[in-house]
Amino acid sequence: MSKQILSPLPGTFYSKPAPGQPAFKKVGDTVAVGDVIGLIEVMKSFHEVAADQAGTITAFIADDEEPVMAGQALIELA
Amino acid sequence: MVIQKLLIANRGEIAVRIIRAAQELGIATVQVHSAADAESLAVKMADEAVNIGPPMASKSYLNIANILKAAADTGADAVHPGYGFLAENADFADAVEAAGLIWVGPKGSAIRVMGDKVAARVAAQSAGVPVVPGSDGRIDDPDQARALALTIGFPVMIKAAAGGGGRGIRIAQDIEEFDRLLPQASAEAKAAFGDGGLYMEKVIERARHIEVQILGDGTDVIHCFERECSLQRRRQKVWEEAPSSALPQAMREKLCASAVALAKAVHYRGAGTLEYLYDDASGAFYFIEMNTRIQVEHPVTEMITGIDLVREMLRIAGGQPLRYKQSDVRLNGHAIEVRICAEDPAQGFKPGPGTISTLKVPGGPGVRFDTLLYQGYTVPPFYDSLLGKLIVWDETRAQAIARMARALGELEVGGLPTTKPLHQALARDAEVQAGQFHTRWLEPWLDQNADRLGEEIKTP
Repeated sequence: MSKQILSPLPGTFYSKPAPGQPAFKKVGDTVAVGDVIGLIEVMKSFHEVAADQAGTITAFIADDEEPVMAGQALIELA
Repeated sequence: MVIQKLLIANRGEIAVRIIRAAQELGIATVQVHSAADAESLAVKMADEAVNIGPPMASKSYLNIANILKAAADTGADAVHPGYGFLAENADFADAVEAAGLIWVGPKGSAIRVMGDKVAARVAAQSAGVPVVPGSDGRIDDPDQARALALTIGFPVMIKAAAGGGGRGIRIAQDIEEFDRLLPQASAEAKAAFGDGGLYMEKVIERARHIEVQILGDGTDVIHCFERECSLQRRRQKVWEEAPSSALPQAMREKLCASAVALAKAVHYRGAGTLEYLYDDASGAFYFIEMNTRIQVEHPVTEMITGIDLVREMLRIAGGQPLRYKQSDVRLNGHAIEVRICAEDPAQGFKPGPGTISTLKVPGGPGVRFDTLLYQGYTVPPFYDSLLGKLIVWDETRAQAIARMARALGELEVGGLPTTKPLHQALARDAEVQAGQFHTRWLEPWLDQNADRLGEEIKTP
């Protein structure tokens, strides 16, 4: 079964540190535990999402600027 | 032209506030909302509601095309922008008027002048309103900068003219430090922004934030006295009062007269606020900026004057002249507002959206709660954390603080963290009770009292 990184908070998911900048990670990148994979904006405050598992990214389940729920899968790892 | 149908281009408690004012004037309401706000109180209260886009504000509440389309589709003839979002967007104001609609606010041209720091400063100076001593615009010549620093007095703040976000800012305590820091600031500004131009301003230490509410109809302007909002965290107001306990009556009159002079100079129409720094020690005040919209803390002014500011905005926008002369506006008693936010003061003000499991709203004499909450409502994570504003009025400041403590004790919001314990602790603080604070008072106080901010006090 594939591994997933879940959103710790409800809010808006950002895959980039700022508009116009490259994404934190892209499909095919390897991820180590603790790597920042995106940001969640909750009530105008920004929280980094750190990977709690290691692996290689196979898919982004949440798109940049997409609203997400707490516990919702953001990326899939192999 | 009297407004028949008002579109509210905002959300949350201010949308509720505007709908209430419209209902009392017999004006129909259209509430635009994002997909995340379909169940909001404002949507439930308005006569009509239109979904204008996804949760992200840039795709909904900041989407000018969708808002104008909603106005056209519903036959709205006026737009109230509330505060935040598009409220101070001059292009939106122009677009609303270009679409043949009434804009509930000042002309786009007035928003442009007062929204530009340098232009507002120039307008203030020509109206005879004191501004923070500093350079009028950018300064490139080091000798000129040095001479100006000696004229305005220390400490002096040096910042990049092209800057923002705190980069390139330096504070010099004396001329020796200034001579050392000036080249550094210029080099850093050049490296960061490709422009070594600087801007200088005197640092006002231990200042109070005092602001004057004005109402204008394009010709006449009146003031509705001042508010003091010195208790701030990260430049966000936390606790607001009217009147300020720091102003002697003669100073109050001078400050309010200066606000009227500046608003008249720009032919101001609608409700607006002129913000000042007030230096207790010297009794000097300095204009810093004007907000060309209704403000979050407007209710404290309503409580001490009896004037419904939002209703007056709608009347003025509908073409009526001011209904009050300055002599009609009387200051009565003392009002305090606290912002109840979905943040946990015991955990570094971590935001906590969630579903409201219980809601008990305080009542009794002199108590008002402007809120977006209802029992069972799920507070979305996409917008700011303001849940409501608890406002009290009483005859004196001391009684108002006691009433605030009593009302906070009655307030119960279950299902998410709130800033209620912070306000309870503030209401019990000796310095707050004595009115001894300034804009940099609250943050160190929060550090010292961090352990007390988790306690809810049931009865004061």
